[in-house]
Amino acid sequence: MVKNVLLLDSEGRRVAVKYYTDEWPTYSAKLAFERSISCKTQKTNARTEAEIVMFDDNVVVYKFIQDLHFFVTGGDCENELALATVLQGFSDAVTLLLRGNVDHGEALENLDAIFLCLDEIVDAGMILETVGNMIAGKVATHNLDDGAPLSEQTITQALATAREHLTRSLLR
Amino acid sequence: MAQYMKKDDDRDEDEYSPFLGIEKGAVLQEARVFNDSQLDSRRCSQVITKLLYLLNQGETFTKVEATEVFFSVTKLFQSKDVGLRRMVYLIIKELSPSSDEVIMVTSSLMKDMNSKTDVYRANAIRVLCRITDATLLTQIERYLKQAVVDKNPVVASAALVSGIHILQTNPDIVKRWSNEVQEAVQSRAALVQFHALALLHQIRQNDRLAVSKLVTSLTRGSVRSPLAQCLLIRYTSQVIRESSMNNQNGERLFYDYLEGCLRHKSEMVILETARAITELNGVTSRELTPAITVLQLFLSSSKPVLRFAAVRTLNKVAMTHPMAVTNCNIDMESLISDQNRSIATLAITTLLKTGNESGVDRLMKQITNFMSDIADEFKIVVVDAIRSLCLKFPLKYRSLMNFLSNILREEGGFEYKKAIVDSIVILIRDIPDAKEIGLLHLCEFIEDCEFTYLSTQILHFLGVEGPKTADPSKYIRYIYNRVILENATVRASAVSTLAKFGAVVDSLKPRVFVLLRRCLYDNDDEVRDRATLYLNTLGGDGSVVETDKDVKDFLFGSLDIPLVNLETSLKNYEPTEEPFDINSVERNPAGNRPTALGVPAAAPVSTVDAYEDLLSSIPEFSTFGNLFKSSAPVELTEVETEYAVNVVKHIFDKHVVFQFNCTNTIPEQLLENVVVVVDASEAEEFAEVATKPLISLPYDAPGQTFVAFEKPEGVPAVGRFSNVLKFLVKEVDPSTGEVEEDGVEDEYQLEDSEIVAADYMLKVGVSNFRNAWESLGPEFERVDEYGLGPRESLSEAVNAVISLLGMQPCEGTEVVAANSRSHSCLLSGVYIGNVKVLVRLSFGVDSSNEVAMKLAVRSEDESVSDAIHDIVAN
Repeated sequence: MVKNVLLLDSEGRRVAVKYYTDEWPTYSAKLAFERSISCKTQKTNARTEAEIVMFDDNVVVYKFIQDLHFFVTGGDCENELALATVLQGFSDAVTLLLRGNVDHGEALENLDAIFLCLDEIVDAGMILETVGNMIAGKVATHNLDDGAPLSEQTITQALATAREHLTRSLLR
Repeated sequence: MAQYMKKDDDRDEDEYSPFLGIEKGAVLQEARVFNDSQLDSRRCSQVITKLLYLLNQGETFTKVEATEVFFSVTKLFQSKDVGLRRMVYLIIKELSPSSDEVIMVTSSLMKDMNSKTDVYRANAIRVLCRITDATLLTQIERYLKQAVVDKNPVVASAALVSGIHILQTNPDIVKRWSNEVQEAVQSRAALVQFHALALLHQIRQNDRLAVSKLVTSLTRGSVRSPLAQCLLIRYTSQVIRESSMNNQNGERLFYDYLEGCLRHKSEMVILETARAITELNGVTSRELTPAITVLQLFLSSSKPVLRFAAVRTLNKVAMTHPMAVTNCNIDMESLISDQNRSIATLAITTLLKTGNESGVDRLMKQITNFMSDIADEFKIVVVDAIRSLCLKFPLKYRSLMNFLSNILREEGGFEYKKAIVDSIVILIRDIPDAKEIGLLHLCEFIEDCEFTYLSTQILHFLGVEGPKTADPSKYIRYIYNRVILENATVRASAVSTLAKFGAVVDSLKPRVFVLLRRCLYDNDDEVRDRATLYLNTLGGDGSVVETDKDVKDFLFGSLDIPLVNLETSLKNYEPTEEPFDINSVERNPAGNRPTALGVPAAAPVSTVDAYEDLLSSIPEFSTFGNLFKSSAPVELTEVETEYAVNVVKHIFDKHVVFQFNCTNTIPEQLLENVVVVVDASEAEEFAEVATKPLISLPYDAPGQTFVAFEKPEGVPAVGRFSNVLKFLVKEVDPSTGEVEEDGVEDEYQLEDSEIVAADYMLKVGVSNFRNAWESLGPEFERVDEYGLGPRESLSEAVNAVISLLGMQPCEGTEVVAANSRSHSCLLSGVYIGNVKVLVRLSFGVDSSNEVAMKLAVRSEDESVSDAIHDIVAN
């Protein structure tokens, strides 16, 4: 059971977030959680490997890529590695969808893709998919009818669709 | 909205945000494009993204706005653009429409559910299940059931996950899918299997047998995804918990399966398994070993998440099985310098739990380096762990106390400082040797303490403990410095502390008076008031007089009235001629009648002192010498009777004093001349020497009456005493408080009290039993074996013997491991006459629960060793 998935900028401001429990019932409670978790993790170096911290009886795994900070929160009895897998899937998918240009501005440009990405990873707390290119594939696919089922899509294909997605967003 | 604008403003100029200056009203205007006859799908997508952005930033739409947006969004189903359709699904979920609105989109979504496009199908299922209600569900149930076994894994997963959510609200519908879900569990797609397993378990979770069957079949079959495997391990340990059965070989059911999972290729599964094993009920060390081994490997992993998970699990294991974790100590020590502070803190607290006495010093050295660069919250955890370590190894108090005082001097917030001070206070209370150093550390701390609360607490504590030390005068300087240097609150409490020293230590009295008189010129009212009050109560007119008991009670006694009640009474008090009477204040917290009547629940250590003071203040008992032991209060009446009486047994060398704490619970009665008539005819060795009646016992004000017995010196005489409460009853009018003149003699039968062997034994622990045992030598060792007959369990037998002897179990040996067939227990105590006694107990239990015990006693006196055996033999 995942409690929330957050994508914040380097100063703890929201890029896109999704909560799956009522543990933070109000908007201000959510903001307070995001601010304190961002503050707590600010000084750590979570760039090469995902890091982890206990926070109010919650386990939070997190990873930073440039000025984007990815967080996944679960209860304290949750398997840390399962949460880490979700985190990995999330950050991989975002990396694919942003074609490697993972930064705040790019994320805002492609916010629709990021929202879809959140939607495909966890559904009301239940883990839906954990493999980054599968998630990215689902988000970026225009048309699934043409042949290969999702599970057989390679990274290159996923990237190709992501690129297609980009051209679309540049054209508008 | 202004908030976001501002945030956007202070962002770097060159960083462009597509949402710069976005505003709700404008976006809602833009949303009109949804109604265009020629849909521009790209533009529509953009607008939806903007709406989602607003929602995500905490913006809320009014009911009207939301409805309007929702209606225009429904028009977008006309578009064939896949990307746009995905955004439409998202915004519908976010808007969570009301049920009459849902009908608008149901048909469109149902069409999508049956479309040829898998992405449409999967998403439509999820959206529909999210927004729909029971009546609609029955319409779409047929499709969902099919979707569960769809050949496209994405569609199947969508249906299964939706099923998990629907189960919360409409369990009946989902339960009808059992067959399909079961089929999905066998799916070749990893995640479908995971979702199906989760759903199937939830459907059956109240049916133990079904869960057990599910687990049995799956543990034999193949589970593809690590996530599903983790779920299965959780369900397996649930089955293990609920069934106490072992298989024929006496091995735990499914343990083989769990052990096999430790060799799984996914670390996630290994971790889950290791954790499941460590959490098994009554896990044996043989079962633990393989799990600990894999966790130990994880400790040196390059992934912080894995190291954290491993050290967190080991930390938990260390609470119950410290020995099992000691193998990991070397790996654990290297984690003290881990980059991730959570990991380092967990490693340290684990080490503190598993460490042995000899390693303490080295460990403290390592921690000292570490303490400076972690946050306060972690430091508090470490301080707590050090406190328990110090209580475990009292001999090491010196280095641990030094450590605490060092960190006390360093920078830190209030919570952290408070944790340290609390720890020092607890150590002072529990380790007598540590008292002097501890108090000095505290004194030094208040010299430079920025927290008023902590200063006053410490001053109060000093006032209680300081005068009892060998050289109370050395504390005066620290206390008086507060009067000179601090704020009014601290000054006031320093004045109180000075007064306490003056009251107890006669030699210091003249000096204290001088200091108190200086305080009369303080510029704060409270400080001056206190100084005046104490000077008067202590007789500060120059003559050094014996401080009488009332004054001591006033200074040291705690206020036995809840402050809340006092406050309400004072508020209700109307200024009249009649002075405020503190006795009119309700003594008990409203609506909460006390059950432990008589003796107020005081801190364990202070009770002994309090009893000693109380007894020595009674002239009849002042010749009895030092109090050896006071028992815990034993109730002699049922709860909720007219008169509540409990007895405390005070043991002296040649005397026994029964202190009867009586409470009158009838508002209409006043009792006078209350005595307890104790019949010692069944206790031959005791002869009554004195009785101290209670003059008056008004309603709800506990009082004490005493009866003293003489007994042969040093002999642990035992006996049974029957008790009758005798008194004179007078009627009271509860409304006016008037008492009638005439009273009636009456008596009230109490339960019997007993003096048993354990009353002559003081619970005094030793820190190193082996050393103590060796140093006593085998000279007065007495060993014998006893059969205890059939017992409920081994641990019941062990506890029975411990309470029979009334001794202190050492090194945690009072805890019997579950299912073990034998146990050894180490006890220590001080027997009457101040004779140190150590006992080694070895228990064994056979298949019919017959318990046999070997008792080895060493003491400083042969007769005492024999006496211990006599206790058990009888």
